[in-house]
Amino acid sequence: MLTVSDLHVDYAGVVALRGVDLRVEPGELVALVGANGAGKSTLLAAVSGLHRPVRGTVTFLDEEVGRLPAYRIARRGAVLVPEGRRLFGHQTVLQNLLLGGYHRTSAEREADLSRVYELFPILAERSGQRAGTLSGGEQQMVALGRALMSRPKLLMLDEPSLGISPKFTRMIFEVLAEIRRAGTTILLVEQNLRAALELADRAYVLQTGEVVMSGPADELASSDEVRRSYLGL
Amino acid sequence: MSAPTVLHRPSPARLRAFPVRRLPSWTTAVVIVAALAAYPLVFADSAAHNIGILALTFGIAATGWNLLGGYAGQVSFGHALYFGTGAYTTALLVRDGWSPWLAIALSLPLAALFAAAVGWPCFRLRHHYYSIATIAVAEIVFILVTNLPGLGQANGWELPVVEPSLANLQFSLLDKRPYYYVALGFFCVAALAVWLFLRGRAGNYVRAIRDDQVAAAAVGIDVHRYKLAAAALSGAITALAGGFYVMYVLFVDPPSGLGLDLSVSFTLMAVLGGVGRFWGPLLGAWVLVFVQDLTRQEFSGSGRSVDLLLYGALIVLVSITEPGGLLAILQRLWAPVARRLGRASRTETDPEPVESAEVKA
Repeated sequence: MLTVSDLHVDYAGVVALRGVDLRVEPGELVALVGANGAGKSTLLAAVSGLHRPVRGTVTFLDEEVGRLPAYRIARRGAVLVPEGRRLFGHQTVLQNLLLGGYHRTSAEREADLSRVYELFPILAERSGQRAGTLSGGEQQMVALGRALMSRPKLLMLDEPSLGISPKFTRMIFEVLAEIRRAGTTILLVEQNLRAALELADRAYVLQTGEVVMSGPADELASSDEVRRSYLGL
Repeated sequence: MSAPTVLHRPSPARLRAFPVRRLPSWTTAVVIVAALAAYPLVFADSAAHNIGILALTFGIAATGWNLLGGYAGQVSFGHALYFGTGAYTTALLVRDGWSPWLAIALSLPLAALFAAAVGWPCFRLRHHYYSIATIAVAEIVFILVTNLPGLGQANGWELPVVEPSLANLQFSLLDKRPYYYVALGFFCVAALAVWLFLRGRAGNYVRAIRDDQVAAAAVGIDVHRYKLAAAALSGAITALAGGFYVMYVLFVDPPSGLGLDLSVSFTLMAVLGGVGRFWGPLLGAWVLVFVQDLTRQEFSGSGRSVDLLLYGALIVLVSITEPGGLLAILQRLWAPVARRLGRASRTETDPEPVESAEVKA
């Protein structure tokens, strides 16, 4: 579904990614892990069109998308839930959700809205509230719901558990599992390595802009190096 | 995972209502337009009519500015360029014997084109870098018009005085009311255009762009295209004000048609009245034109700087007490009255609650 090959990205004059190769197959949940500054967010930004790569290719559904603007990649079905949620803070929860699906028909939108409200009942209660006034966990739900409103084929999440209570994190991860069971492919950047590896099929470990390890998530979780460097065991 | 109970799923009717809810109701619009229509009948002297005409003209320009600066969040300090496009195109064609109505109508797409042409490179810049670029572009045009032969240079252009009639858009100076009602008509057209833009998909998109451009792109909004659309309509509306203005004063030169202080005054009007609020710029325009007139009467020619001092004080006051502008202050004062009225009328007939005060007008 998604193939990234030999991707080089500069970020503010600094080399952020050097020669990254990555594949995501349909229906998979792939985790992208690594320390702060390893290039995880940059990789998602490059795949979703928010950063232009210096070199290399990004192929999504057999089509080169590396040089397309972000909105066209999103409309092709590769949708990013950005780090820090980035809601439209002055608008209500309902308006935020609808903005995710405006390029679709109103019947599709209403069906998807019901689905999002089933996944996150609390958003139905809060539909008239301004998104900027919600708690961090609720905001993350809106951000995820907004992305789901466009029926993504590939859902990319950047640190969905950042700054969120364990209760909400658990809820978000349960929903991710549910979405994945329903057939959506997921590429997840997550600092909570243990949770990410439990959920994922495969994982890539990034370090200073390069992939240093990759493989099935359970193998990585039990590898000595990962346990030592990232899990502190 | 079993499907949880949904407590308040919004009905499809509510979904349809959502883009409109943040716009003024028809009731508010009718009340405001009726009050504006009554103004020259209540205040009969020519000076009051002059204030009204200028307030409506600048109200049109500031409403145009508000679409781009307030709703789409792209703060332009170069809108005099579009005002000047309207004024100069109208002046040029009317001097050539064209109908002023046709001349003004032709200036609108031209200004829209200019606005899109300026936006094309400038929208790649963000925040204040964009604002600075718009100043630069408008100043370049100001200098070009001042120096290049063919557009009147620094002397400007006078328009011929012809027989007063609606077709000529010139009326007797003894009774300025016809000018006032034409200005009111133009304002209604401008307000309707902005309302139509905002109530549709484009309105939701530009608000999303204002709130977070990156997030807007990430959900599939073509940020550049919708900024250009807002800029084009905003430029055309500002040109409408410029075209009418030149027919009212029958003169245009670079400072009065293209000056930086003109651009700043459109911004001031919107900020003072309530940026990103539908009626805010109109209210701001009335207050500023009134203050300007008052200080010029009180202090004669030297009043020029006093009104700027007063503007400054008003802006400081508004930004400290209520960044939503005078309109937000008025709405805050009106809200308890509306609630009481709502309670009173509900006890009589039990109709819908009074909504106008809650609407972000």
